[in-house]
Amino acid sequence: MNVLAVAPAFPFADYLIAGIFLFFVAATVAGALIAACAKRIIRGVSGLALCSIGIAGLYYYLNSPFLALMQILIYVGAVCVVIVFGVMLSEPDEPLSAREQRKPYPVFGLLLAAVVTAAIFAGVSRVGLDTAWPKAAAADAAWKVEALGESLLSTYSLAFELISLVLLVAILGALAIARGGRDKE
Amino acid sequence: MNALLQLHHQVGTYLILAAFLLATGIFGLIRRRTLIGMLIAGELIFAAAALNCMALNRFAAPNPAVGQIFVLFILGLAAAEVAIALSIILAVYRNYRSIHSTELSELKG
Repeated sequence: MNVLAVAPAFPFADYLIAGIFLFFVAATVAGALIAACAKRIIRGVSGLALCSIGIAGLYYYLNSPFLALMQILIYVGAVCVVIVFGVMLSEPDEPLSAREQRKPYPVFGLLLAAVVTAAIFAGVSRVGLDTAWPKAAAADAAWKVEALGESLLSTYSLAFELISLVLLVAILGALAIARGGRDKE
Repeated sequence: MNALLQLHHQVGTYLILAAFLLATGIFGLIRRRTLIGMLIAGELIFAAAALNCMALNRFAAPNPAVGQIFVLFILGLAAAEVAIALSIILAVYRNYRSIHSTELSELKG
């Protein structure tokens, strides 16, 4: 189901498709930068939501509308909301402690982090670009959501069951830790 | 201009974006001072892994169902991780009245 290959004879359809793609790329990049660098933590959560919406759009361009829906549902609808609850229940934005304000070289840490990050980015993207990935375009019928659902319930049913088990255990563990917890004497 | 129009048909675009997400996630993980900020950065790294899987699934895998199910698994794991991490953060906050990473140093020698 290549949703983009069947573009109708619409004027400037190519430009429209490329423009929407660039919009989603920009949303992803801007959201990631906001999530990593914003001063207040609630803005970081909003950045994560924006980034997730961008990634959902990219999934659509990668032929998988199902995953695009899931990305918005899980990340924006569940993860971000839960993190906002966490922000409400604790106080992440506090003034700097006295020890941190006395740091001799505040710029040094930032520079070191930027250099490490740039090195990781350059290395990983170089590997991605230099590798000759094998071309194996799958048949369009294999992209249908029906095919995905069938293999989810037949070939990959173990993964399907395991993920529900993991979620159940995670919820139980979260409840056990957050409700009672361990008292600090 | 033509290259710009074909950008979404190339695997390199998605791989570079995924590398960028990974890099920003690691940057946030290093720079953030609170546990919630580090959790958000970790989510970015999860998203980078998922995008990478999905891009290679679209352009290089013979069976497209595998990558989609794998990414679905990653999404589920990310949700479970957030639930666990936030409950741990709440427990830490209740005990220490702070979630700053510099102040949680009771085990430090």
